[in-house]
Amino acid sequence: MSGQPPSPTRRRLLMAAPLVVAGGVGVGFWRMLSGMTKGSFDPHDIHAPALNRPVPDFALPDQAPGSGFSAQDLRALKAPVLVNYFASWCIPCVAEMPVLNALKEKLPIWGIAYKDRPEHALGFVQRAGNPYARIAADRDGLAAIDWGVSGVPETFLIGPGGVIRWHTASPITETMITRTIMPLADSLKS
Amino acid sequence: MNPELGNFALALACCMAAGQAILPLIGANRRDARLMALAPALAVGQMLALITSFACLIHAAITNDFSVQNVAANSAVSKPLLYKITGVWGNHEGSVLLWAMILSICGGAVALFGRNLPSALQARVIAVLGGVAAGFELFCLTTSNPFARVWPAPLDGQGMNPLLQDPGLAFHPPILYTGYVGFAVPFAFAIAALIEGRVDAAWGRWVRPWAVAAWCFLTCGIAMGSWWSYYVLGWGGYWFWDPVENASLIPWLTGTALVHSAIVVEKREALKIWTVLLAIGTFSFSLSGTFLVRSGILNSVHAFANDPARGVFILGLLALVIGGSLLLFAIRAPQLTTGGLFAPVSREGLLVLNNILLCSICAVVLTGTMYPPFMSLLFGKTISVGKPFFDATTIPLAIPLMVFMGFGPMVPWKRAQMWPVLRRLWWAACVALVALVLATVRMRDILPVLATATAVWVICSSLADIAERLRLFRQPLAYSWQRARSLPRAVFGAALAHAGVGIVVLGIAGMSQAAHRIVEVHVGQSEMLAGDSWTLTDVHPAEGPNYSALVATIEVRHNGRLITTLHPSKRTFASQHQTTTEVAIHTNLLADIYGVLGDRHGDDANPTYVLRLHYNPLAPWMWLGGLIMAFGGALSLSDRRVRVGAPRRAKTVDVVVVQ
Amino acid sequence: MMKNPFPRRGGVLALLACLLFAPIMAMAVDDPSEMLPDPAQEQRAEAIGAQLRCLVCQNESIEDSSADLARDLRHVVREHVAKGESNQQIMAWMVSRYGNFIRLRPPLTIGTLLLWIMPLLALGIGIGVAWWTFRRPRAPTPAPLSDEERRRLSDLTETRRE
Repeated sequence: MSGQPPSPTRRRLLMAAPLVVAGGVGVGFWRMLSGMTKGSFDPHDIHAPALNRPVPDFALPDQAPGSGFSAQDLRALKAPVLVNYFASWCIPCVAEMPVLNALKEKLPIWGIAYKDRPEHALGFVQRAGNPYARIAADRDGLAAIDWGVSGVPETFLIGPGGVIRWHTASPITETMITRTIMPLADSLKS
Repeated sequence: MNPELGNFALALACCMAAGQAILPLIGANRRDARLMALAPALAVGQMLALITSFACLIHAAITNDFSVQNVAANSAVSKPLLYKITGVWGNHEGSVLLWAMILSICGGAVALFGRNLPSALQARVIAVLGGVAAGFELFCLTTSNPFARVWPAPLDGQGMNPLLQDPGLAFHPPILYTGYVGFAVPFAFAIAALIEGRVDAAWGRWVRPWAVAAWCFLTCGIAMGSWWSYYVLGWGGYWFWDPVENASLIPWLTGTALVHSAIVVEKREALKIWTVLLAIGTFSFSLSGTFLVRSGILNSVHAFANDPARGVFILGLLALVIGGSLLLFAIRAPQLTTGGLFAPVSREGLLVLNNILLCSICAVVLTGTMYPPFMSLLFGKTISVGKPFFDATTIPLAIPLMVFMGFGPMVPWKRAQMWPVLRRLWWAACVALVALVLATVRMRDILPVLATATAVWVICSSLADIAERLRLFRQPLAYSWQRARSLPRAVFGAALAHAGVGIVVLGIAGMSQAAHRIVEVHVGQSEMLAGDSWTLTDVHPAEGPNYSALVATIEVRHNGRLITTLHPSKRTFASQHQTTTEVAIHTNLLADIYGVLGDRHGDDANPTYVLRLHYNPLAPWMWLGGLIMAFGGALSLSDRRVRVGAPRRAKTVDVVVVQ
Repeated sequence: MMKNPFPRRGGVLALLACLLFAPIMAMAVDDPSEMLPDPAQEQRAEAIGAQLRCLVCQNESIEDSSADLARDLRHVVREHVAKGESNQQIMAWMVSRYGNFIRLRPPLTIGTLLLWIMPLLALGIGIGVAWWTFRRPRAPTPAPLSDEERRRLSDLTETRRE
């Protein structure tokens, strides 16, 4: 090859390289788009590393009409619970309330009011029909940082012993419950 | 004029574009003059139809026709007239229509100004433009129709984001889009050349003015975008390396490479295949940039229009346009003849280096922008790629680029010796060295220091280039004047554009030394920043057309002498429940004094106000330099040797000019 | 009101970015009381903050953002700085909560290797392709003589010798 002008085959391969690269990127984009429509790919999910870790240390005061809780309460649990961060000023939270209300019979839900005035949070929960077994108030939002919460609503499935088994940063939907949350919760019970 | 007419004109344009894509191509292959002659006619017809369509949309917005869904969602009766017009392209549907209209205007321009082109080439270029236009008009009609009606029509619209209610938005998106879309013309030339299987000096000469024109608009558009975020967003930043900004920077980088490599094709018939690839690449990046940001993939939290159906249509269209052209390239490019030979040390050699460095920066920006979604797709892990990464990777590539930029215009074609070039540039090198020493004393970090020195080097060497060509100070001034008048404008244009880059970089380096303070003061209280004393003298309420405001008066003094009085304000838009800050900027061209009014604290009897005070050295140079760059490009466009449609001139004249 | 050499103009980039998240970006002025009294510590806190991404914004650091969460994170960073923790400790604290997403400068791992070597890789590919393309084709080495040619050559030389 020394000193020879580039061979035609190599030249041809070189000229095809842009097509190959662009094709690869295009396939990637297509998979992202189809993942987004199916819900399997969410470019907005920040994948907080909370999974399979014990819940962070925290102790939060009561939020009417429920009672506050701490990391100890969650770690003492023998059955799974759902921990749901919410706020009265958050529109998607309103949207997920009926879903949570339908779920509360099957799985206990503990709520944490994020940066909310107690009276606002109380009004919100009462209007929504209170899906929560216990409610704590995270008024300055510092416990939320320990949980890795970047906004509301965010929801965690806590397994026995207070280990975070599942997490989402989007509103809970019916399909999430039937496809993911309940099967996982059932497997954690046994 | 009514929305149905607009819709009909859009559909008509789409049909004409389809005809424009197919008929001239057949004509060019069969050498059928009548079919080829259809190309300019269809291109102009399509342009007129789209202009009509766009005018209809503007009319609907002006007349508050809220039965048009797009107007209802983005306008309101109380909105000032100017923003009713600019609001037309401040949303997805309207901006796609604007995009398509500019593309059709490009087609029309090739039809009207490209009469000196060989008819087959012109027919093919127009056909390619027509094909792209047809695709996007179809996109407009099927998934984002701006003329869709809503029934019952609301009494008032939902209004527009207050941040967009700014006179600047009247000009900015059209200019930026013209930049993006303008690269469709070099792209069409590249495709036509691949179909014909011929790239020669004449081709380079025809492509270059279109590329330079698009580049000027893109440069202006980016500079304005940066300027807008500097004074509207109100925290003194000017570039955030977010995907939307990168989407404009990527085609700018390859477009700059294209403008340079086209010179080599024109003068030396070398780098032909590479130039064709750059022309395809630049437009492909423009397309992907403008449209992928709307698919919701790239924007982390805030998608422009998060509609998967649109995303799929766009991806299909991109696959067709980009994939098709790259496939054509893969098949036809190996058959193109390779060009002239040159030594590594030569103008060509330096231009190749320029292209390599520009494309490396482009590759880094591209990878940095695309990495997070791909990381998430392939490994399920999320990362962020932000300013610290881009600063650390692009600046070390930009610095050698600027060093070579200083030499470029002085080095002869084909084969050169470094020594004579160095001899002419010694003083520029000395000045740059002095700047290096001074910057080392003033600044802490290494990158701003190097950036300052190389920027000074670029500016001085551009001056040296002009001085050398004019034989300044070596011959009588009258002689130099004579030479200046006979020197082609393209030479001045290139030197200006290069100096503009230096000025921008100096501005960026200066901004790295910016100082700011956040203070909470009573009326009458003074605070110091960067040697100036800032006094809040008054805060009073004011009423605007669709907002109410709180206006502060801040007096800035230096050693007791009043420099300026700033009036930053805070506007509250009742209809959107939004507050915006209007920053106040005073500039003396060496530094900006930049004040922002923040929250009000305390009780009514004794309120305090939060102020954010910035001292931004050399900040105006960033945009001034950008405008100088664009002006340099425009100046070389006005050179009659380069001008679109100029008759070809004898080769001998060129030789004198090139030197 | 504004004395600038340029007319006021807008940016579609920011425009696009702002269309939906303007409410978050509208205000960047913050409470001065959140700043640390010690200028050296405040500077260090700002440097750390510039490396941390505001989780709910575009590509902004928490220092640049006025989002609520960014304000909280700024507050937390300052608390840790005041406690005398090192930059690495604070960064690790943040990463343990929000993952590498919060780092604006991604760490060098196997996954990000391509990202970090991209400048050198691109430069290398560029120079490599240029070198490969512009190498001067030397005169091709002549093909070895065929038997026929060799015979003719020996014929010629031998005839001459005779």
